[in-house]
Amino acid sequence: MISGVMTAEAWRAMGANRMRTALTMLGMVIGVAAVVLMMAIGQGAQDDVKASINSMGSNLFIVLSGSTTSGGVRMGGGAAPTLTVSDGEAIAELPGVEAVAPVHMGTAQLVYGPNNWSTTVLGTTPNYVDLRSWPIAQGAPFTDSDVRSATRVALIGQTVAENLFGGENPVGRTIRIKQNPFLVVGVLSERGQSLDGRDQDDTVMVPWTTAQRKLFGTPFPGAVRSLMVRAISEDAMPRLEGAMTELLRQRHHLRPDADADFMIRNLTAVAESMAETTRIMSLLLGAIASVSLLVGGIGIMNIMLVSVTERTREIGIRIAIGARPRDIRQQFLLEAVMMSCAGCLIGVMLGVGCAVLAHSLAQTSVVITGKSIVLAFCVAAMVGIFFGFYPANKAARMEPIAALRYE
Amino acid sequence: MPDRSAVIRVERLSKHYETPAGPFPVLKEIDLTVQRGEFVAVMGPSGSGKSTFMNILGCLDRPSSGGYWLDGEDVNGLDVDQRAGLRNRTIGFVFQGFNLLPRMTLTDNVALPLVYAGLARKERDGRAVRVLERVGLGSYVGSYPNRISGGQQQRVAIARALVNDPRLILADEPTGNLDSHTSEEIMALFGELNAGGITVVLVTHEPDIAAHARRLVRFLDGRIVHDGPVGQGREAGR
Repeated sequence: MISGVMTAEAWRAMGANRMRTALTMLGMVIGVAAVVLMMAIGQGAQDDVKASINSMGSNLFIVLSGSTTSGGVRMGGGAAPTLTVSDGEAIAELPGVEAVAPVHMGTAQLVYGPNNWSTTVLGTTPNYVDLRSWPIAQGAPFTDSDVRSATRVALIGQTVAENLFGGENPVGRTIRIKQNPFLVVGVLSERGQSLDGRDQDDTVMVPWTTAQRKLFGTPFPGAVRSLMVRAISEDAMPRLEGAMTELLRQRHHLRPDADADFMIRNLTAVAESMAETTRIMSLLLGAIASVSLLVGGIGIMNIMLVSVTERTREIGIRIAIGARPRDIRQQFLLEAVMMSCAGCLIGVMLGVGCAVLAHSLAQTSVVITGKSIVLAFCVAAMVGIFFGFYPANKAARMEPIAALRYE
Repeated sequence: MPDRSAVIRVERLSKHYETPAGPFPVLKEIDLTVQRGEFVAVMGPSGSGKSTFMNILGCLDRPSSGGYWLDGEDVNGLDVDQRAGLRNRTIGFVFQGFNLLPRMTLTDNVALPLVYAGLARKERDGRAVRVLERVGLGSYVGSYPNRISGGQQQRVAIARALVNDPRLILADEPTGNLDSHTSEEIMALFGELNAGGITVVLVTHEPDIAAHARRLVRFLDGRIVHDGPVGQGREAGR
């Protein structure tokens, strides 16, 4: 039976020694604030990773050409001219494939008027933007006929647009890439950072034919370093990976015992392992913060023990006038729980405040969920009961005569 | 068989404390019966066992052996909560040091036993105020214990003892901290309560205080050495 009187008495006992109550609660406040803040930051990081994964495009494979060895020096993935655009066309015929785009990349200097900028030039097909789920902000993508005739047209990213054009509308303007004039046909929408922190908007897309013939040149026309493949669904990915391997081995005439001259990477898997890492990191943060909650709980236990000893005589009087052990226990337990819950309330406010501050000062992504606040309250109440129980029990088991004589 | 009409009946009651040198007897086979409406003074030198006896009567301590019936109920057979119930409803305690809770108003102090009896707030406050009026402190209901005199504090303590309509009031040197004039007033109050039908058992050192009672029980070395009407008790004491 927790009555209004008991609550009032617990309140009075807390008020009798305000400084001590405040300091005891401070332990809880810091613990709860730490938990709320860490959960907010952890959730924010998780959401960031999720957004990055989505921004990369989902259900993606990247097929890289194999490495070459020249005089004992191995050149690394993508160096050998083993992968061709027609390999990509063949892959596109496989069941479970939504789209395939070849990628031929290089770095080049861009010039527009007095401005110039160095960036990554990506030679590909028009469906690359769909494959990466990357809408176009202004203008239109280049077309398949641009690819066939190796036209000098370019789609530019936001960062490039800002650096070359400032506020001007780039669509319809002509820029020079490695001295070649290119017509800007469109501007890509803003994408932000990739998972590894690269600026995804710092790029220019041109037809892969144009990139090979007019910008970078290649001794192996039609060969590309990589192909981007999008599966129709996540479930289709494992089967598709096997089918692509089989198809490419066939097309490259590889013996069953020979090493593959290409590599298939599942980008979603990389992203997922990254998401898992963030999840574990935020769990870890929460666990560390919980330790301070535990310390706060021990502080409450300590003060409750002191309080029980100080109030020995009062306990004796209460027993003498008819308090049962459970009445005494409930009273002290209630006091501990009230102290921890009040600490929790302040802690939640402090934690949310810190999270908001961290967001506005350091641009950290924070997400405060109702779940984390409810959890904090439950944990605080449990801490109060758990750490209040021993002192409360000690009070309840006091010998009435000894307690009455206590000075 | 216990006398059903007796408020207190004690048979062959002994109490000893365990010490490193073996059991140390404090009470040795006490027999005592107190009928309803009696006013008993318990006297005896320090260490005679009278305080231990009062503690056992008040259900604060348990005897080592022997029987104790309070208002016809076998106390030895009761558990902790049931004995708390007896202290709450059947017994009212008055202590030498008043033992009020300093952070509570007089009304709250007096109403505290009713909290443990499970009464609602309105009922508690009403009864507490009535009892405070009965002991002559009706105008102090909202005051705090440290604002009033010792005699007044003891009146509050008596009000607290009375609030749950007990059969028995146990007073342990209730005038020990009071001057003689105030002591007389407090003893007059006990006399009134006794006249109203409440059984009073009080421990005292002072023959003048004991003189207010009608029966005197004298302890020495754990035994009752005298039990009789007050006049004779005084003669025996001198």
